[in-house]
Amino acid sequence: MSARHLRRSVLFPAVASVAVLGLVACGSSEPPPEADGDVEEQSTEAEGECQEYVEAAAEAPEGGDDTFIFAGSADPATMNPYFANDGETFRVARQMFEGLVGVEPCSADPAPLLATDWETSEDGLSTTFTLQEGVQFHDGTPFNAQAVCDNFEWMNNQPAGPSQSPANSYYWDKLYKGYGDDSIYESCETDGDTGVTISLNQPFAGFVPSLSLPAFSMQSPTAIAQNGTVQDGGNPMTTEYATNGPVGTGPFQFESWNRGQEVTLSAFDGYWGEPAETQNIVVPTISDLGARRDALLAGEIDGYDLAAPGDLPKLEEEGMQLVNRPPFNILYLAFNQSPSSGAPLDDLMVRQAIAHAIDKEAVANETLPPGSAIADQFMPASVAGYADDVTTYEFDPERAEELLAEAGAEDLTLDFNYPTDVSRPYMPDPVATMNVISTQLEDVGITVNPVGDAWDPDYLEKISNSSDHDIHLLGWTGDYNDTDNFLGVFFGGETKEWGFDNPEIFDALTEARGIPVPEEQIPLYEDLTREVMEFLPGVPIASPVPTLALGENVSGYIPSPVNDEVWSSVVVGE
Amino acid sequence: MSRHEATAVATTIAGGDEGPGESLWQGAFKRLRRNPMAIVGAFIVALFILVAVFAPLLTPYEPESREWTNLSTNIYVQGPTGEHPLGIDAFGSDMLTQLIYGARQSMIIGVVSTGIGLSIGAFLGLLAGGLGGWFDTIIMRFVDVLLSIPSLLLAVSVAALIAESQFGLMLAIGLAQVPIFARLLRGSMMAQSRSDYVLAGRALGLKRRTLVLNHMLPNSLGPTIVQATLNLATATIEVAALSFLGLGGDKPYVAEWGRMVVEGEGKITIAPWLPFYPGVCIAITALGFTLLGESMRTALDPKQRR
Amino acid sequence: MLRYALRRIGLMIPTLVGLSVLLFVWVRLLPGGPERGLVPPGASPDDIDRISAVYGFDKPIHVQFLTYVKALASGDFGLSIRTNDPVFSSFFDRLPATIELTVCALVLATVIGIPLGYVAGRRQGSWLDSAVVSASLVGVVTPVFVLAIGLKYVFPLELGLFFTQGRESRGSQNEHPTGFYLLDGIITGNLDAFTDATMHLVLPSVALASIPLAIIVRITRAAVSEVIHEDYVRTAQAKGLAASVITRRHVLRNAMLPVITTVGLQLGLLLSGAVLTETVFSINGIGSYLFDAIGNRDYPVLQGYIVFIALMYALVNLAVDLSYGIIDPRVRVP
Repeated sequence: MSARHLRRSVLFPAVASVAVLGLVACGSSEPPPEADGDVEEQSTEAEGECQEYVEAAAEAPEGGDDTFIFAGSADPATMNPYFANDGETFRVARQMFEGLVGVEPCSADPAPLLATDWETSEDGLSTTFTLQEGVQFHDGTPFNAQAVCDNFEWMNNQPAGPSQSPANSYYWDKLYKGYGDDSIYESCETDGDTGVTISLNQPFAGFVPSLSLPAFSMQSPTAIAQNGTVQDGGNPMTTEYATNGPVGTGPFQFESWNRGQEVTLSAFDGYWGEPAETQNIVVPTISDLGARRDALLAGEIDGYDLAAPGDLPKLEEEGMQLVNRPPFNILYLAFNQSPSSGAPLDDLMVRQAIAHAIDKEAVANETLPPGSAIADQFMPASVAGYADDVTTYEFDPERAEELLAEAGAEDLTLDFNYPTDVSRPYMPDPVATMNVISTQLEDVGITVNPVGDAWDPDYLEKISNSSDHDIHLLGWTGDYNDTDNFLGVFFGGETKEWGFDNPEIFDALTEARGIPVPEEQIPLYEDLTREVMEFLPGVPIASPVPTLALGENVSGYIPSPVNDEVWSSVVVGE
Repeated sequence: MSRHEATAVATTIAGGDEGPGESLWQGAFKRLRRNPMAIVGAFIVALFILVAVFAPLLTPYEPESREWTNLSTNIYVQGPTGEHPLGIDAFGSDMLTQLIYGARQSMIIGVVSTGIGLSIGAFLGLLAGGLGGWFDTIIMRFVDVLLSIPSLLLAVSVAALIAESQFGLMLAIGLAQVPIFARLLRGSMMAQSRSDYVLAGRALGLKRRTLVLNHMLPNSLGPTIVQATLNLATATIEVAALSFLGLGGDKPYVAEWGRMVVEGEGKITIAPWLPFYPGVCIAITALGFTLLGESMRTALDPKQRR
Repeated sequence: MLRYALRRIGLMIPTLVGLSVLLFVWVRLLPGGPERGLVPPGASPDDIDRISAVYGFDKPIHVQFLTYVKALASGDFGLSIRTNDPVFSSFFDRLPATIELTVCALVLATVIGIPLGYVAGRRQGSWLDSAVVSASLVGVVTPVFVLAIGLKYVFPLELGLFFTQGRESRGSQNEHPTGFYLLDGIITGNLDAFTDATMHLVLPSVALASIPLAIIVRITRAAVSEVIHEDYVRTAQAKGLAASVITRRHVLRNAMLPVITTVGLQLGLLLSGAVLTETVFSINGIGSYLFDAIGNRDYPVLQGYIVFIALMYALVNLAVDLSYGIIDPRVRVP
């Protein structure tokens, strides 16, 4: 090849690359606004913001596009919500199904839905509901007291095999402790068409609020009987009902499910409440966060959930709407007090030292969405059992070093477990959060060894089923307003995640759970949360604000702290 | 027959234009020197090797240093500044440092995986070509099986077994290269066994092993080196692809270009240069090896020596 | 010709047998043992027992192998750990998307690559030749996913052209009788659907076509430049044959041999590239399915895919060999 040839064939790409590099390289982005203020203040602020959305929805313009496209991050597991516990399945299920009880807009408190009123007996064992009239399922079956009892009987009498596996029937298994005679469900009695009494054989104060869970939605008994039942050992996820024919009472009905691709719904004409504004719903599955963002920016979808904090400035710049959910979650750094590495996390002074080493404000400012509330206990301020006088551990690196020295742990080395490539509502960017905390720990002399694992199954397996971890990040979004739904989930008993045996706390939780009247429970829960923060099994960090990104012409979206978002009021403008 | 004599004979057979007493290698080198492609390729490769080897001396920062307090977060990312000539990556590390250490990583992975592919492949090819018969059939069938799986899938399945460690990555890519080298060596062996000097050697009573090891193998060196160079280019790209698929080992801190592209993609709307820099590095390095390999092939090609 | 074909087919069989043995061994080497590998996480001991019975893990090894081979032959690759869907049917549901993308990319690469390579080969040393060579070099060394990301960023997001994801606009509710969206648009007479599908295919096809394009250009260029210097071409020129006739009858036909081989062999590259491209552009083909399976440790899916893809690869290689045999009779003589 001649020298001239060389010049042309290699210089072209070289010059071109440098030119592009130059154009692209000049740039940087804006620093974020800061988060501050006390916990309860921030919580009420978020709620106020939410109320604005409720008002805006009422005033939203009519008409508009006939399709609302909202991208999900994963394919729903099934169309029968009883057998699911993941947000994407529930997102779709909430459009088609309703439970006896709903949720007050912008809060986690129960509100009337299919039941207009209810009353619990003195002993807390039975609740009588008055049902909404004029409700029918999508297939024409009337909704009445008999349908309610049919539902409960079906939920309780699952055949043996996968139908009873907690991996599938997660919520029933967890809250009702079993099936048939082993569960705490006792019986269901009808009183005409609109009266129904459900009896339990053990008090369960969270019974009524838990009925707002999509897993306990009312499903058409006719459809279930026809297409949704299996024999012993059969797989309930593959029934015609669960894959192709779910029937509920909600404002939207099922059209089609193209597995791995999208779910299509259409407005239900016979809906008993306010009819849906938009005729069609499409929920495509776009598993990559960046792809969802790009699709919204390119106008290919109308919205998606859990926008990454790093994307917010760009989304805003391009005119997208950012809708904040009032946080009902908690992000925490957990300690494993029986780690296989032998790290001295069972020493209270070491745990306290770590707590003092962490600057929660910096973590929130740098890795969490703006408006996130700093946490001082293992639940957000809006939960009933929240106590505002728990022991707090201020950011104090000197105190941290002192404590470490006292405990004889000056050269402490810890494995810091975190999930790679996942985004949770309480933990939008785990890697960034881990990094900031690591730096803070290293500043007080702790050597941090980051250990990353893929979220599912590796990370979850490792931290919940093995002792092979020292400190890790995790969190939880509450399902309904019940302290048990937070503290009970974390500290209900000895677990491999936390690695401690504290009978005082376990017993106190069991006791509190058994009290039939919610009002009487609250003081007990308040004591509990104080005790937990003394014991310090971990460091609660914040309640991050999950953010939805919507297209600029979308109105009428009402966010819910517990993700109870029904899209009947959504309008996609021109 | 001494090695020198055998080489001289081979040269005569090929009928090249080397001067008297000039070996194949010396002739090839002269041609390379004249070839601009080779010069550019060699330059890039040399640069790459230098950067990779002398990484700690070249970088202003430690590879694992991160700056969090005010310069960078996941929310905003710095472009080029005085302290950070290429800006900061998604983790708060200096981009230039990460790129330089990434070179080291690519070199290690490239060399080790090509080494694995070369040794196993050449060994198999030697056996098949040198021994012939049943060995040949069985070994080549095995090679065909390996070839029937696209290299990426092969790498993925191996990675699944070895639970994503660095070594697993290298083994996976190396295994995918085995068939290429095996075929190469076998072909070379077979071609040579029909050539005059081998027949002569046999007639002279030389043992098979001597023939193969002292004569035929060195003659296969040329094309093997060419192939190895080209494979280094492929290896660099495949490592990046495997990182993209999430098979690159668990620590995000290990500076590796493919991993940097993946992370950068997530932030592309606020910092488009994040995936761009490592992507360009991958391309240029692969280009260097390709240019060098291609020009070496041309230089050693008998047809070109007319 | 028939003997040649039969021989080629015959050679394929031991390869496939070897492959199934390899896979059999692979499944058993998976961390946690084959039971863990084929059973969803969180399964109860009962589930594990049930699946073990189906696969026969408790039986002696040769029985296991026979069961395994029988299952493979009947197309039973088990159920995906993730979705509980049979691997076999999922594969076929998603195959049209990948085939459509791959074919488009290959067509693009060939239609642009061969003429470019021909022109470059005829005019070696010229401006055009240099440009083509450098462009093809860049194409070969740029990783597919880097290109895909770049395209996705520049065109839809900066310039507002084309799309970032999917095969058709969401919520279109078009009918898809064949699963090949372009074809479906034509069959159902829906011009909008056809255009929509085409627009969605542009960027992914370009990204995927980059490497085969580069390779085809270079091979064509090399083949053409070699043939042009052959004696028989000079003879034809001396005879006074028109340039176009020379081109058609001699140069092209003879240069095509290596080109065709190359085109066929691109399949492997295309399949690997498809995994990356489908992931970047969120296309629901077998490539992105594989990507998900890797992330989810969905071993039944991985195993099924390897078999399928190896089979497809083998079939294509067979087709290439056979077509080679048709074009160049010399090959048929053993």
